[in-house]
Amino acid sequence: MTILQAVFILISLITLGGGLFTVTAKNLFHAALGLILSLAGVACMFGLLEASFLAGAQVLIYIGAIAILIIFAVMLTRGVMGAYPRTNDQWSYAIVVSLALLAVLIVTLFRFNWPPGAPAAVPADSIGLLGRSLVDPALYALPFEIASVLLVAALIGSIYVARDKR
Amino acid sequence: MIPLMWYLIVAAMLFCIGVFGVLARRNAVAILMSVELMLNAVNINLVAFWRYLQPDKMVGQAFAAFVFVVAAAEAAVGLALIISVYRNRNTVDADNIDLLKW
Repeated sequence: MTILQAVFILISLITLGGGLFTVTAKNLFHAALGLILSLAGVACMFGLLEASFLAGAQVLIYIGAIAILIIFAVMLTRGVMGAYPRTNDQWSYAIVVSLALLAVLIVTLFRFNWPPGAPAAVPADSIGLLGRSLVDPALYALPFEIASVLLVAALIGSIYVARDKR
Repeated sequence: MIPLMWYLIVAAMLFCIGVFGVLARRNAVAILMSVELMLNAVNINLVAFWRYLQPDKMVGQAFAAFVFVVAAAEAAVGLALIISVYRNRNTVDADNIDLLKW
């Protein structure tokens, strides 16, 4: 086992451990911290995959914005779930369903013939290539513009929904 | 060198953890957190496919970037809905938000 593989196993343990803590923690604030740990692990994984732009964007958008938003929501709705159990009464079925899904996914993955060996090298200017393909009309210019419209619509909509109507 | 399979298996595990959270948690905010976990698992898959299958085309990375955008929009609208429900009904328990159920 090389050092890179050991690093990968460590990062995936952090990611999966954070995820498990997120779905099982009793205190919702602790669950949000576990989510941040898991998101940071995913950012490290993007780094291992040499997707440096996405690793940075993961830290900025997920950890910096979405996780903070979730913590705000946890604090704004704090104290209402104290007396309740943290899972509903179908949690045993949920375990069965998710383990069955995992088994199906892993069996499917092993049945497919993935190309073996080391992958080809990443182009030297991969960030520039990504930026140009996002604004290239032949590639992703239209989805890019639609994504900006979606963001504006979501922002206006969430302001309207969360507004105090009195 | 890390085999592609390892990334795919970790992503599958993370996705199934998210599925469990969505199905089993009572708190609506916790359900939203589990959805974020699932979106991240999908992103790992997309970027791993980009790196191992087509590193010269930017399809995987572009798709992952769009997943970021949709996740941000989803989190904003979802949390606004949760806060609105909390204001009106004083609960964020998904079992008690059953106004549309008959």
